[in-house]
Amino acid sequence: MPATFDSIATTTLGSAASSITFSSIPGTYTDLRVVLVIPSVSGATDVIMQLNSDTGSNYSRTNLTGNGSSTASGQLTNQSSLRLSYGGPSTTLPNMTTVDFFSYSGSTNKTCLITTSDDANGSGFIMRAVGLWRSTSAISTIKLECNLANFNSGTTATLYGILKA
Amino acid sequence: MANTYTLIASNTLSSSAASVTFSSIPSTYTDLVVKFSVRTTDNDTMLVGLNNVTTSFSSRVLEGNGASVASYSNSSSGRYIGYPIITTTSTFANGEIYIPSYTASQNKPFSAFTAAEANATTAYITAVADLWSNTNAINEVKFTTSTYSFVSGSSFWLYGIKNS
Repeated sequence: MPATFDSIATTTLGSAASSITFSSIPGTYTDLRVVLVIPSVSGATDVIMQLNSDTGSNYSRTNLTGNGSSTASGQLTNQSSLRLSYGGPSTTLPNMTTVDFFSYSGSTNKTCLITTSDDANGSGFIMRAVGLWRSTSAISTIKLECNLANFNSGTTATLYGILKA
Repeated sequence: MANTYTLIASNTLSSSAASVTFSSIPSTYTDLVVKFSVRTTDNDTMLVGLNNVTTSFSSRVLEGNGASVASYSNSSSGRYIGYPIITTTSTFANGEIYIPSYTASQNKPFSAFTAAEANATTAYITAVADLWSNTNAINEVKFTTSTYSFVSGSSFWLYGIKNS
């Protein structure tokens, strides 16, 4: 049976850093999956993603969220990055995020499914969202970034490639 | 390049059971995924225990039933992963839990997603953010329900994912 779910690259931070970048992503897969596990962050921040170093207003998101007592749905439009967090990760407890890109090397705009799970034992949130990057370029670089603080040591990001055949 | 998404173990029930356990999970993977297809003998919630421990869990839930949406949290005993209530014969709910970095010496966040649909009967789609405040490596995953049992035919598949 052919390998259909491969680890392309992984990074575990040995010290705090504001970003993790996967570059030179091969175009040989069908879909991509990013798994990000953040033990904690150094301060209040969002976690954002930029693709192919594009800082234009080409990103948008529609989200469904819950914080343990209320629910919400909202949109972010014409953003300069794709926001993966909702309320921001904890400075003391871990959270996890996955991002699935479908047909990342195709010539259409790129959609993704974002899942962010952030229970902090008394606070936190859960989010399911769809993201859009309005670009027809193949995705070759993915940058994960804390825009106002740092990922703390131990943060792990892995990029998987998925083949349909 | 090596395949990194590997079936470790599976279990399809040949009779009703109150729990399903995967034990002696090797530590050679990076993440764990369990996919399941389940039905319970009566309306019930689905729970998970790790390493035969049922404490220090908390969760944050987002669920919809086709008519309303709700969010709620569970405290330290809330090892909740969904509400796959289907009592309709031959109809099963589906779901998965994803446990990243299961051997890391840090508290363990994980996610759960279950989806049940039973035509005119109320059923739920549920997403859960779970946290197990325990730094031990995970070597056992146990699924239970609050009160009832998983029926015959309920199936569970445990996968390991390597990042290298």
